[in-house]
Amino acid sequence: MSTAEDGRLMAERGFWTDTGKTGIGAWIFSTDHKRIGLLYFYSVLFFFLVGVILGLLMRIELMAPGRDIMGPQTYNALFTLHGVVMIFLFIIPGIPGAFGNMVMPIQIGAPDVSFPRLNLFSWWLYAIGAVLVLTSLFTGGGAPDTGWTFYVPFSAKSATNVSLALFGVFVLGFSSILTGLNFVTTIHRLRAVGMTWSRIPLFTWSLYATAWVQILATPILGITLVLVIAERMLGTGLFDAARGGDPIMFQHLFWIYSHPAVYIMILPAMGIISDIIPVFSRKPIFGYKMIAFSSLAIAAAGSLVWGHHMFTSGMSDTAVLVFSFLTFIVAIPSAIKVFNWVSTLYRGSISLDPPMLFALAFILLFSIGGLTGLILGAPATDVHVHDTHFVVGHFHYVMFGGTGFAFFAAMHYWLPKFYGRMYRKRPAVIAWCLMFIGFNVLYMSMKVLGMRGMPRRYYDYLPEFAQLNLVATVGSWILAAGLAIMLVNLFRGLFRGEAFTGNPWGGATLEWSTTTPPPTLNFIKEPVVTHGPYDFKALADDSPDGMPGDGRNQ
Amino acid sequence: MSHAVHKDYAGAKLGMWLFLFTEILLFGGLFILYAVYLARYPQDFSSGGHQLNVVLGGTNTFLLVTSSLFAAMALTAIQQDKRLLTLRLIGGTILCAAGFMVIKYIEWSSKIHHGIYPGSASIVKGPPGESVFFSLYYLSTGIHGLHVLIGATLLGVVALRVKNGTINSTDYVILENGVLYWHLVDLVWIFIFPLYYLML
Repeated sequence: MSTAEDGRLMAERGFWTDTGKTGIGAWIFSTDHKRIGLLYFYSVLFFFLVGVILGLLMRIELMAPGRDIMGPQTYNALFTLHGVVMIFLFIIPGIPGAFGNMVMPIQIGAPDVSFPRLNLFSWWLYAIGAVLVLTSLFTGGGAPDTGWTFYVPFSAKSATNVSLALFGVFVLGFSSILTGLNFVTTIHRLRAVGMTWSRIPLFTWSLYATAWVQILATPILGITLVLVIAERMLGTGLFDAARGGDPIMFQHLFWIYSHPAVYIMILPAMGIISDIIPVFSRKPIFGYKMIAFSSLAIAAAGSLVWGHHMFTSGMSDTAVLVFSFLTFIVAIPSAIKVFNWVSTLYRGSISLDPPMLFALAFILLFSIGGLTGLILGAPATDVHVHDTHFVVGHFHYVMFGGTGFAFFAAMHYWLPKFYGRMYRKRPAVIAWCLMFIGFNVLYMSMKVLGMRGMPRRYYDYLPEFAQLNLVATVGSWILAAGLAIMLVNLFRGLFRGEAFTGNPWGGATLEWSTTTPPPTLNFIKEPVVTHGPYDFKALADDSPDGMPGDGRNQ
Repeated sequence: MSHAVHKDYAGAKLGMWLFLFTEILLFGGLFILYAVYLARYPQDFSSGGHQLNVVLGGTNTFLLVTSSLFAAMALTAIQQDKRLLTLRLIGGTILCAAGFMVIKYIEWSSKIHHGIYPGSASIVKGPPGESVFFSLYYLSTGIHGLHVLIGATLLGVVALRVKNGTINSTDYVILENGVLYWHLVDLVWIFIFPLYYLML
């Protein structure tokens, strides 16, 4: 490939320019999976930042005992919103919607997903759901104050605008289902010639497992939310103990979805890590088959453990023991993944580029989060720390330290490919360092506070918790500073950084073999897959200089 | 990469089947509640079930099963390139659906007339199990009725496409998916009917 032609292709800028369509309509009505992926990316990033600001405000309120900047009702609304926004508008749609859409079809050598229009529709449903949730803040009886879990009986009685928020989440669930069924169909039907099941990149494998959970679990959330709306509007009394209903049945139905939903959040993150670790270790992944299998095992076993959220609810002791046992089973496939990542690193030729640093942080933070999960999964210790800040700390280690850091890793790994420009690495490393420190200061303090008995969801606390709360709040500022540096540096790079056309990380999966940025239908010539996703030797053999550039030589 | 329009029938049907799973799980939530509350209040459920009209419910079952037969025949008709017959059979399906909704309306309004609806005075004062039973009855049949309306609308859109020839004997996967959806609507009723009208 001559330099002149490279320059011409660069001027064309792939899918950004090759349809000839411009303006907002070319984005919000586009059925190109890469454009939909970017729509999702900027939407979820926006809501992530909204959630971050809400979180920071909560930390400021908790900085010192007593009332600091808000009253209890505002605080209740803030933690509800922080949860609803972060869970339903950021983490659940985040990685599948943004990076799944952008990368997965290219990884399997497909021109697009199976149902491109349905894909666009799912983004529209996401946007409509988000608007409904936001509307619920400013209309009716005021912002919902039930917590993101919407527990009855309070959610059936609260005078705030719970019904609209529930309906918004219902619509978001629909969006998630459509993404899931689209991905399963795409992975079954649109793989390129030679892309056998054992050559599918592990990120795509994890999306496949996630998609099944999205399809099979989300409808239960849908019906549960409808039942709570009916409870509020029609007075059906199905969860009202005074009228023969049972509030614990709500908890069961809610967690039948919402526990598998945490695997919707973490599985794609694990897939990102599985794709990044081998590239930056210059070594094939250790235990490919077991990592792929453990994704499916987590999805399956994770669907049977919802009762561990309800150990103190008054459910039968037999159920408590069964759910506890099943919870420990999920730890096995999770550990398989961690051990395989570490084994991949062993004797690898490691380069500490920003995506790798975020991936390494993931392994540590996810392990801490996962192991503290076992403390919560054991009934005896759970009773002690139930509903304390320990749970908050654990959850954030898994969801933010896990999924959040994997999301940042993916931003630094894949976004340059879609923009054709590279960010500066030094500020990214500084940002990573600040975030890693701030994160641990913030959430480790929460864990200790929880062990000492500080309950969650209270806007005030006893004086003996003051010191660690102050430390945690300072940690949140360090974390926020790192986040700001990271975003500024990344977007400066993507829009004004140095242009490149090759394969900057030397990845062996298909997305690195097409031009940069990829053309609208992803490949100029239909790809034929001849080697596995982490076969760096085959990649080096394909081109004499060992770095195959944009790989059009295949 | 070819820019030709890509048609993947097997993929389209796979997507539809996955969607049908989600519908089954949606109703699954209601069936779980039914099972738990039936175990808790067997007597109240029995007395509630005896207040439902088996003749009207049975007629509705007959209508839906017939409509499913018409839908399946419509698929065979389009495969044999008999467009007029296809349209008539889809019309028959939609007519049966309309009949179903009319009977549902009669059933509901007579119940509501007798003061049996969620939160009514007699239900609130009555035994708790009956309150639960009728709430579930209204939710299950209501959400099912909504699916009947959606399914009939879908088949109406399909009929228009058959009429203008977009759906024809070589390209009928949309009709096939519409029929699959209609069978699901039928299938859910096949479970609701015995659970609420017959076995209690």
